[in-house]
Amino acid sequence: MLIFEHSSKGRRGAPQSPAEKASVTSIPENLLRKDSAALPEVSELQAVRHYTRLSQKNFSIDTEFYPLGSCTMKYNPRACNSLAMLPGFLNAHPLTPDAQNQGFLACMHELQSMLCEATGMSAFSLAPMAGAQGEFAGVAMIDAYHKSRGDDARKEILVPDAAHGTNPATAVMCGFAVKEIPTLDNGDVDLEALKQAVGPQTAGLMLTNPSTLGVFERNIEAIAKVVHEAGGLLYYDGANLNAILGKIRPGDMGFDVIHSNLHKTFSTPHGGGGPGSGAVGVAERLIPFLPLPTVTRDNEQYRYLTAEDCPQSIGRLSAFMGNPGVLLRAYIYMRFLGREGMVRVAEFATLNANYMMAEAKRRGFTLAIDGRRASHEFIITLKNEAREHHVSAMDFAKRLLDLGYHAPTTYFPLLVPECLLIEPTESEAKEALDGFMDALEQIKQEAESNPEILHAAPQTLPVKRLDEVRAAKQLDLAFKAEL
Amino acid sequence: MLDSIGVDSIDDLFDEIPAHLRAGVLEAVPHGMNEMDISRLMRERASQNSTALCFLGAGAYEHHIPSAVWEITTRGEFYSAYTPYQAEASQGTLQLTYEYQSMMTALTAMDVSNASMYDGASSLAEAILMAVRANRKSKSRKILIPTTVNPVYRKTAHTIVKGQQIELVDVPYDHAAGTVTLEQVKQIQAQEGGDITALVLQQPNFFGCLEDVDAITDWAHENNILVIAVINPLTMAVLNPPGNWGVADTNPGADIACGDGQPLGAPMSAGGPYYGLLCCKQALVRQMPGRIVGRTVDLDDKEGFVLTLQAREQHIRRSKATSNICTNQGLVVTASTIYMAIQGAQGLENTAAACFANNNKLVEKLTAIDGVKKVFAGSHFHETVLQLDKSSGRPASEVLAALMDKGVLGGFDLSLDYPELGSAILVCATEMRNDDDIEIYAKALQEVLNMSAATAAQLAESA
Repeated sequence: MLIFEHSSKGRRGAPQSPAEKASVTSIPENLLRKDSAALPEVSELQAVRHYTRLSQKNFSIDTEFYPLGSCTMKYNPRACNSLAMLPGFLNAHPLTPDAQNQGFLACMHELQSMLCEATGMSAFSLAPMAGAQGEFAGVAMIDAYHKSRGDDARKEILVPDAAHGTNPATAVMCGFAVKEIPTLDNGDVDLEALKQAVGPQTAGLMLTNPSTLGVFERNIEAIAKVVHEAGGLLYYDGANLNAILGKIRPGDMGFDVIHSNLHKTFSTPHGGGGPGSGAVGVAERLIPFLPLPTVTRDNEQYRYLTAEDCPQSIGRLSAFMGNPGVLLRAYIYMRFLGREGMVRVAEFATLNANYMMAEAKRRGFTLAIDGRRASHEFIITLKNEAREHHVSAMDFAKRLLDLGYHAPTTYFPLLVPECLLIEPTESEAKEALDGFMDALEQIKQEAESNPEILHAAPQTLPVKRLDEVRAAKQLDLAFKAEL
Repeated sequence: MLDSIGVDSIDDLFDEIPAHLRAGVLEAVPHGMNEMDISRLMRERASQNSTALCFLGAGAYEHHIPSAVWEITTRGEFYSAYTPYQAEASQGTLQLTYEYQSMMTALTAMDVSNASMYDGASSLAEAILMAVRANRKSKSRKILIPTTVNPVYRKTAHTIVKGQQIELVDVPYDHAAGTVTLEQVKQIQAQEGGDITALVLQQPNFFGCLEDVDAITDWAHENNILVIAVINPLTMAVLNPPGNWGVADTNPGADIACGDGQPLGAPMSAGGPYYGLLCCKQALVRQMPGRIVGRTVDLDDKEGFVLTLQAREQHIRRSKATSNICTNQGLVVTASTIYMAIQGAQGLENTAAACFANNNKLVEKLTAIDGVKKVFAGSHFHETVLQLDKSSGRPASEVLAALMDKGVLGGFDLSLDYPELGSAILVCATEMRNDDDIEIYAKALQEVLNMSAATAAQLAESA
């Protein structure tokens, strides 16, 4: 039942707004609203109950194991939330003079420094509001860098075919053409193809390492050399930073610009689809182009750098300072971890993934890439099950929901047929990993003995499988109340 | 676990990483802390921030937020869920998002809303990109933007669209009214060669003044120009919403509406997270970027909700996607939806009307002071431009610093973005400011203006 269907004329959370409507008659009549907006009319309790019940229809990290590959669904410590919501932070107007905003700016300055250290970059901007905006900022900086040198012919961004869809979409938004580079069966980039592809038209290469296939790119130094010798820059997509935190730094691998998904590696909540944060870090030569604002410290005082300080900046990406509440949560999380904790993150995320991968193999699943170390995630392909029993990766995913586990990422990366991309994160105990593997094995047996169970899944959730084709064809995107 | 894997140590799991590239100790990262010590640190930091009485708006507003809003929003089931890719296990987030879309279309009188963008400024950029895709009859890729549109929105839009050869053309405002006139718009259109892809109108505009949206919208449509509305959604409870702009019988209403959802339940929080609202006419739905939730049925014909029209998006379309965006601001939208449900239309109207009334009281009190005057005639919503008499010889920044010293966050200094206004500030009063607060501001301003220029300069220096 929709909140609108709980409506009763004249009902509202009365203590939450002024009792009477003040006169607005001095506004010209043609500029005034003629009707009342058709919003729900419910009591505060009705709203509270409705949305509490809705929340109970979600899977979440706090309630289920959520091994969604490439999304790093780790525990979000509760203190990160409660401390970021202290009144001193919540009530700060974004345009408060810097002198009266020192507590917040100190956190941001330290966050920039910690990110530099953890990634081996020279400077960071916290402005981008999500991974995709971080990518945008990174590619726009690459463009600005080449143009600042009068090198106007670099019109092409190279992207491995295993890359996230955002990479090519971002390059196009920045005005570049995209060329895809093939991936070898062992998961490494095809270095020979890369050598053929680079040239004076190459602006840069966007790379995720460990790759979306869940393995570390072993030829990273050779790749960096090829791209740099062609005059291009190397972009690091930080989607998988959790796998290598404190173990190897993108800056030391030769990357010139990176974005870090703070909502993955640094545990800010995913919130049902955001807000995220895609902070960008750069090597020395790209510092002048960083998006605004960044935070600096002079004479013991923190302040925002502006366009006057940074005339070559690619500019602003939001009205204020990205998503400060998210940045605060990442800052608090990093202070919890400290330098030792960061290394432990990568170690236990990697241990958990390799353990699950070994278990998957032992239980008869086919690994997408066998004989290599898993990073913080790995892929199984269900192509044999699909061929022999006519069950798909999606069927497995839906059946997992019935058994109380959020499904892994399905059908990504696109290169691997019928795949599940599994990322346990460092937060989970061995019992959770074993429970999940037992469930997966049970489903495999069901696929052999009674595939109908898989086709009919899920059965235990608020709804059964939903008609997505109908949703796209008979568009119903908003409830229209009858007044 | 190591035995199952067949290695001796965790370190063996990293043996594919070249040894000479391995990181050393992260010296610049402090040692870890426990929750007790972090709590102490964060309380200290939070206490260093200002507690001044806020009369500052300029794109972020202090409004009352019912306690229930964030208590429910931060329930783990909302807080720690991901994008609802597994629809059956995400009906909470999906239904809530559908309800949000429904509320936002009701408030704006537009046909369709997406599940939100990052913030108001970036949603304007996406609205412009959308208009360029949608207006196939126009070849110019020129967008008219009045200088009464929030300056940081204009800057942000420029950053985001400039890679695609889109030109943002300023339209100057009328210096008596603080709004753009149809004559000005026509003149710029002619100067630019006639073919214009879209026109942006902010209501209320950055100065708090009300634009003549009907006449300009109708004219734009007669000239094959799409209209992009930038709105403050709270004010739409009282003001004519963008879906109803224009009086022409055919093709009424703005084509795209965008803006910042912050006034509807998001705390100011040093600048975010907020969310960008983005709505459009039905005909443009396939040009819409970002996530959209649709209502459908399951195998038993039971109502349910899914992400829909995904063929527009980057994970399917890759380089041909409508945008690279994937994330929306789900958690803030959750808060905003609960906020709107609790307030209802009446609560929003009463809140918006109180903002209007309080701002009028504030302006009346402040302009009663010698040397303070209202700059623009006509109606203002909850913000107003005030000019500080030049004879005092003091720039607005100094006056604001001196006010801050008295515990009053007095407004936005307009002199950088609008030097032609001289020593001018944009003041704001929401429903949160009562008569006592307004009295405190008036008294402080009176004292500051009475202060010698030397004392004020000294204060500004020490701040």
